[in-house]
Amino acid sequence: MAVNIISESSCRVAIVGGGTSGLALAAELKRLNVGSVVVLEREPISGGIPRHCGHYPFGIHEYRRLMKGPEYARKNSDVATKLRAIIRTGTTVTALRPGGTLEITTHAGRELLHADRVVLCTGVRESSRAQRFIGGDRPYGVISTGALQSMAYLQNIRPFRNPVIFGSELVSFSAIQTCSHVGIKPIALVEEEDRVRVRSLLSPYLIAKRVPLHTGIRHPKIVGRETVEALEFTDKNGDHRRIETDGIIISGRFRPEAALLRASHLDVDSGTGGPVVDQTGRCSDPAYFATGNILRPAETSAFCWQEGVDTAARVANDLQAPSPHTPKVVSVSHDDPAIRFVVPQRIDTSLPPYGMAHFYLGLAEEVRGVLEARSDGILIWEKSIRSRPVRRLQFSLSEIVKPPAADDITFTLRRLG
Amino acid sequence: MQCDTFDIAIIGAGVVGCAMARRFTLDGARVVVIEKALDVLEGASKGNSAILHTGFDAPPGSLEQACIAAGYKEYLEIAQEMSLPILKSGALVLAWSSDQMAQLPKLIEKAHTNGVTNVANLSREEILRREPNLSPALIGGFEVPGEYLIDPWGTAHAYVLQAIANGATLMRNAEVLDGDFEGTSWSLKTTQGDVRANHVINCTGLYGDIVDERLIGSKKFTITPRKGQFVVFDKPASKLVSSIVLPVPTKTTKGVVICRTIFGNLLVGPTAEDQDSRTDASTSRGALLDLHAKGVKMVPELSQYEVTTAYAGLRPAAEFSDYQIKHDSERRYVTVGGIRSTGLSSSLGIAQHVSELLQNSGTQFRAVSSPVIPTPERLSEYHERDWQCPGGESIICHCELVTKREIERVLDGPMPPATLAGLKRRTRVTMGRCQGFYCTGGLAALTEGRLVRPMGSRNGS
Ligand SMILES: Cc1cc2nc3c(=O)[nH]c(=O)nc-3n(C[C@H](O)[C@H](O)[C@H](O)COP(=O)(O)OP(=O)(O)OC[C@H]3O[C@@H](n4cnc5c(N)ncnc54)[C@H](O)[C@@H]3O)c2cc1C
Ligand SMILES: Cc1cc2nc3c(=O)[nH]c(=O)nc-3n(C[C@H](O)[C@H](O)[C@H](O)COP(=O)(O)OP(=O)(O)OC[C@H]3O[C@@H](n4cnc5c(N)ncnc54)[C@H](O)[C@@H]3O)c2cc1C
Repeated sequence: MAVNIISESSCRVAIVGGGTSGLALAAELKRLNVGSVVVLEREPISGGIPRHCGHYPFGIHEYRRLMKGPEYARKNSDVATKLRAIIRTGTTVTALRPGGTLEITTHAGRELLHADRVVLCTGVRESSRAQRFIGGDRPYGVISTGALQSMAYLQNIRPFRNPVIFGSELVSFSAIQTCSHVGIKPIALVEEEDRVRVRSLLSPYLIAKRVPLHTGIRHPKIVGRETVEALEFTDKNGDHRRIETDGIIISGRFRPEAALLRASHLDVDSGTGGPVVDQTGRCSDPAYFATGNILRPAETSAFCWQEGVDTAARVANDLQAPSPHTPKVVSVSHDDPAIRFVVPQRIDTSLPPYGMAHFYLGLAEEVRGVLEARSDGILIWEKSIRSRPVRRLQFSLSEIVKPPAADDITFTLRRLG
Repeated sequence: MQCDTFDIAIIGAGVVGCAMARRFTLDGARVVVIEKALDVLEGASKGNSAILHTGFDAPPGSLEQACIAAGYKEYLEIAQEMSLPILKSGALVLAWSSDQMAQLPKLIEKAHTNGVTNVANLSREEILRREPNLSPALIGGFEVPGEYLIDPWGTAHAYVLQAIANGATLMRNAEVLDGDFEGTSWSLKTTQGDVRANHVINCTGLYGDIVDERLIGSKKFTITPRKGQFVVFDKPASKLVSSIVLPVPTKTTKGVVICRTIFGNLLVGPTAEDQDSRTDASTSRGALLDLHAKGVKMVPELSQYEVTTAYAGLRPAAEFSDYQIKHDSERRYVTVGGIRSTGLSSSLGIAQHVSELLQNSGTQFRAVSSPVIPTPERLSEYHERDWQCPGGESIICHCELVTKREIERVLDGPMPPATLAGLKRRTRVTMGRCQGFYCTGGLAALTEGRLVRPMGSRNGS
């Protein structure tokens, strides 16, 4: 299948993706002296998403300094490089093979890289209009926040002047900032849910920026032949609305950039859209680990940076483990439609306690109730929760998985009210 | 503007116009193609299922059946030398109800009448053995081994590029507004000035009737566009079905097709919605969700796969079921109309047919003896791509693995795209799962100053 392979090489740890988590991981692995660490990054410059987040705040947790995204991305790259991690940019990983071999492509051609351990750090992207079933025409000018940021901050190019922002997550608000950077004035923010998806404290921001907000919209339809002309929808009073606009920013609804993963032999969790991992980030093939936002959509850079650092210790430990150990696995699942995902999806109780300290839960809808963990149908843990979909929920892993652990744990919900 | 007289003026650069341009250029005619849009393939040919049909289910004895059969044959003959990719998937026509089951014998018989003799009945077990991801709810079906998948745009591009390479002229952004037959030749009035030609061939698809009225003052059919919407699934879903899964048409339901695409995705569609608008190729959430559900019903595993995109195409349907190809030899005018839902497969056959019509009425050219054969980009997931060859510079579009070298070649080529949409059809940039999330910025910079419709403007300019 792999034609035209021009060379082969090997390394101790290969990191797929030189964004926040991959770079933090690379630096820490070098500090831990594991041997050769190679970061494979397909963009011409490493740094990941923060490269085109030309706004604050980045770096406070990591470097005790307030920075904008691009400076932070550079800093992460510099630290890893100084510690002699090898960062190969313009290098695309095109396939994952069992046992830790990667197929990669550069300007020169195709090669194979054999690594003792591979860590997937490919992050998240936003969902496209089709993934949200937004109908209408297909004119030019319907783009994601990420695309807008890369045009605005990396190229200083402006695709439109008066767009409508679709979505109301944090990234939707940072889209407003991106717009101001290149003299774009958003003329409305629309959301299909009944209220703003992030805490409503951001609504005053819209008022300050004089961007009208429409929540609870239905039947969105994009209109325009060559370029965007309007967004039509039914508003929450049932009235037909048409907003004349020259662009639509489709923002948020993050999903892991898991193309490689889905095409590979590794198990994928349909809840997160990322890999099935244990508490150390290990995938279904023991040569593979994953960290950062590919694990689940989506956390901040500071969070992913810390995950990268923490994962380094786990990978280093694993490399030192004397012989292949026999895992004792507790599988973790969820069976309420309101629960979108739980990470990790497996717990290997044979390992020392250096794994994640928490279960991370994602919700599909707003929930008020009691979250229960059951094993063999027996209630082993419960906690009342009241939360909205985009908020992170975390629960101490050691409180839920106690020896002697059962074979499986299922999270369910008991609703109130 | 154009002062010399062309032998043939082809109006419309859809797949039919492109094939026509190639045929007459190779026949030795001096050809001009006049297209009103900024780019070729902006009409009906923009969105279809991309199946190379055998014509097994076309009405026996129809012109459509003859053109599909001839087109199919020529396609297979030229595919290799023109580097046109083919995915030889074969098709299964499946029955999901007893109603549909009852239709099968008639359909098989029709296929045999049409000369598609390898069409054969299959047992339910055999179908499920070949396609284990199909829902066991199916009852039976038959195979059509000769139905294949091709590149809907690359194909037409290759035709018109071969015409250009052998001397044809392509005018884009030129709408034919009016025209006069002046005894021996035509004078066509276009938005880019007048064009003279000895013969005119109207290949305007969705506008066939309107252009006839403009030029010959009458029309013999009326176009009622029929929209077809599609949902495209991400590449990993393509391993779920290898054959083209075709429905059995019954009076009450039309059913949808599930098939791979040559680009490596999986397609579910189309719908069939009659409408008045000749331009409205919009999708609707309701229809897309419905297609998604139908796909999942036939292939339950599909529910686990990500959607990549959605689109719609408009079939140039007339009130007659057969093609409307009319030659007015007095006025040296040919109408090629109503090429509804098989034009991609039949276009080479249609071109042969029209070439014969002209020859039979005494028009002779001297065929080009050793025609130039350009080799445009081959974008098939099932064949070697540029990124797999050394020295592609760098990859710009990560989802579709499009190299900078490929993009540069197209931008500097003989038929550069005018819009991002045209660049997409020629290279596949931004057509993958992220829909431009990662590469839009880089692409905007790379295409700056090189598209008629730029992707943006410099801040501050
Ligand atoms: C549009 C957008 C805006 C955001 N804004 C903010 C913000 O303002 N503040 C904040 O804290 N967080 C923000 N985030 C969250 C962001 O995901 C995290 O900040 C952080 O970047 C995650 O780090 P990561 O390492 O998981 O992934 P990333 O930083 O995304 O890095 C992934 C890297 O992997 C590379 N890659 C992917 N596939 C391959 C491959 N096959 N071969 C080689 N390389 C590959 C990519 O090019 C990329 O560089 C935003 C996210 C998005 C999508
Ligand atoms: C949903 C769907 C699925 C299909 N699936 C298949 C399939 O699987 N296999 C298959 O073989 N076929 C398929 N088809 C059919 C195929 O796409 C059509 O038959 C074919 O595209 C018709 O091409 P055309 O060149 O006749 O028309 P068009 O592509 O519409 O070309 C006409 C051109 O004329 C131009 N024009 C119009 N007016 C003027 C003017 N006044 N001056 C200058 N230019 C003008 C237009 O801009 C346009 O570019 C499908 C069609 C649809 C819609």
